[in-house]
Amino acid sequence: MEIFGVPTQALFGQLLIGLINGAFYAMLSLGLAVIFGLLNVINFTHGAQYMMGAFCAWFLLEKWGVGYWWALLLAPLTIGLTGVIIERTMLSRLYKLDHLYGLLLTFGLALIFQGVFTNFYGSSGLPYRLPEEFAGAFNLGFMFLPKYRAWVIVASVLICVSTWFVIERTKLGSYLRAATENPALVQAFGINVPRMITLTYGFGVALAAFAGVMAAPIYQVNPQMGANLIIVVFAVVVIGGMGSIMGAILTGFGLGIVEGLTKVFYPEASNTVIFVVMVLVLLVKPAGLFGKEK
Amino acid sequence: MKAFKRTMIGMAVAAALSLGTAQAQVSDGVIKIGVLTDMSSLYTDLAGAGSVVAAKMAVEDSGIEKRGYKVEIVSADHQNKPDIGSSIASKWYDAEKVDVIVDTPNSGVALAVNQITRDKGKAFLVSGAASSDLTGKACSPNTIHWTYDTWMLANGTGSSIVKTGGDTWFFLTADYAFGIALERDTEAVVLKNGGKVLGKVRHPLNTQDFSSFLLQAQASKAKIIGLANAGGDTTNSIKQAAEFGIVKGGQNLAGLLVFLTDIHALGLPTAQGLIITNTFYWDTNDQTRAFAKRFAAQDKGIHPTMIHAGVYSAVTHYLKAIEALKSDDGTKVIAKMKETPTDDPLFGKGSIRVDGRKIHPAYLVEVKKPSESKGPWDYYKVRATIPADQAFRPLADGGCPLVK
Repeated sequence: MEIFGVPTQALFGQLLIGLINGAFYAMLSLGLAVIFGLLNVINFTHGAQYMMGAFCAWFLLEKWGVGYWWALLLAPLTIGLTGVIIERTMLSRLYKLDHLYGLLLTFGLALIFQGVFTNFYGSSGLPYRLPEEFAGAFNLGFMFLPKYRAWVIVASVLICVSTWFVIERTKLGSYLRAATENPALVQAFGINVPRMITLTYGFGVALAAFAGVMAAPIYQVNPQMGANLIIVVFAVVVIGGMGSIMGAILTGFGLGIVEGLTKVFYPEASNTVIFVVMVLVLLVKPAGLFGKEK
Repeated sequence: MKAFKRTMIGMAVAAALSLGTAQAQVSDGVIKIGVLTDMSSLYTDLAGAGSVVAAKMAVEDSGIEKRGYKVEIVSADHQNKPDIGSSIASKWYDAEKVDVIVDTPNSGVALAVNQITRDKGKAFLVSGAASSDLTGKACSPNTIHWTYDTWMLANGTGSSIVKTGGDTWFFLTADYAFGIALERDTEAVVLKNGGKVLGKVRHPLNTQDFSSFLLQAQASKAKIIGLANAGGDTTNSIKQAAEFGIVKGGQNLAGLLVFLTDIHALGLPTAQGLIITNTFYWDTNDQTRAFAKRFAAQDKGIHPTMIHAGVYSAVTHYLKAIEALKSDDGTKVIAKMKETPTDDPLFGKGSIRVDGRKIHPAYLVEVKKPSESKGPWDYYKVRATIPADQAFRPLADGGCPLVK
């Protein structure tokens, strides 16, 4: 059986690949959505923080022999901590100003981080070994699925669902959401709002670093890896609706699939298709698929 | 003592005079070399800052400054965008009195600069770009294509693979001037040697994830997956092909353009066994090893790629032509360079054809196994040498209007 000249078997494979790439989009756009939703900051440093997460994993392995599983924990903590420092020393001074200032600051930081890493580590990237546990692949009949890619989907779904749960369904999450609506009132209830906001930014950054560690064994660990991705991920967030957690997750996976299919039917357009979707969505629903009109 | 002083003054005056005469012969008294390259993206390591280092070393080694000429080197990042590359080239030629542009990885940018250089009567020494069109239909009296080209790569890697049984191909091609030229030239070689092309897919430049394309390549059942891309695109393709078990499944990868820095980035466990066509390897003789040592000390330990070596060799020959001609007029210097046989420590003796093609031997190398390598940068063993007269496209076949 064939669809537009492509065997259905091959199509299943492509859908799965799309889903895996979507898993990365979802993890990254999730962090952006959390930061935007709760801080109203458009975090352009996100791509660089994703890259730093991957580099952190590489350092841990090459310099101290610390393996993949520890890196999954340590890299987000370390990079999250740098996020906390950035929020405390720089971002927190900009909250009273227009969004644009936060955007410019984070964009500038991203360029600096990328420039520094390129200067020291060049552009070719560094190899990160695939963890032993994931060597090999599952033969699904219609395709050959590397074990690691299967793990990417599982990990991404776990992270996305638990983040959504914490923010939308727990008491802590309700504090967070309340603090963005009316910080003065929440403060009056005795909750330390500035600290909560700092930790939220740190958490969003840690999510980016986590995605970076996940990416390290598949892609070269490369100073530019985040720059290539960040624009796409922004489009994902805009399509999903700025600040909508569920929107970011679902759109991430969905657009991964759309992009995957484009790679089969018209590969030349595979890096523009997401922006075409963005234009179409914004024409019909200016607040994005899951965003609330204000 | 007085006599000594007088002699010294005399010598100084003589030196100043000779300096004056030499300077008067080149426009505005300075030979200005512009290294136009990729300083921030996927081709940074294989060209980039290393190309500036190579140009500087060529100027130092030529000793031309001791003979009264002033040489200045400037550099810029074309960001792999032909529009940016073009505007830098125009600004350099018009406002900043640059006499020659060198390097320029990315064929799209190089083809644009090729035309601008011709219009302005300057000189363009291409080391980084690959498209064989630079000496084919786009050939110019102001351009020399130095190090390698897509025809040479196709002929070296392509024909050796077809001859050893890799007769069905699927291409993974970077979707711009370079990838398309490399695919075209390789396809011609495959067909000529009795092979077949089962399919091709064109991916955007600087793609992260190749799994979708690799799956299509896998489904084609072709014996050989030809990678008509370069830099980070090639390393990511090779890495992910290993992940998807492509080589274990019986298909082989042909990296049509793989640089030493790519092998370094991949690591030998992933890269071992790749067959590559190359025109320069640092560990060839004492002179190349000495060059590599000096070069690495100035470029973060990176050992020179063939592009770096090509920049050195091209600038060396360019400066010789200026001294012989006592002028830095672009068109005249390029003509002089074509007339004069080339000779430098990296490529040895060679020549430049009327279509602008620099001629030297090419080497078919195999990437060593980790057990065979003595350490970082010890990566290649030479399997065959393709003599200079066979390494490049025959003059008559290129369709260059300069060839009569």
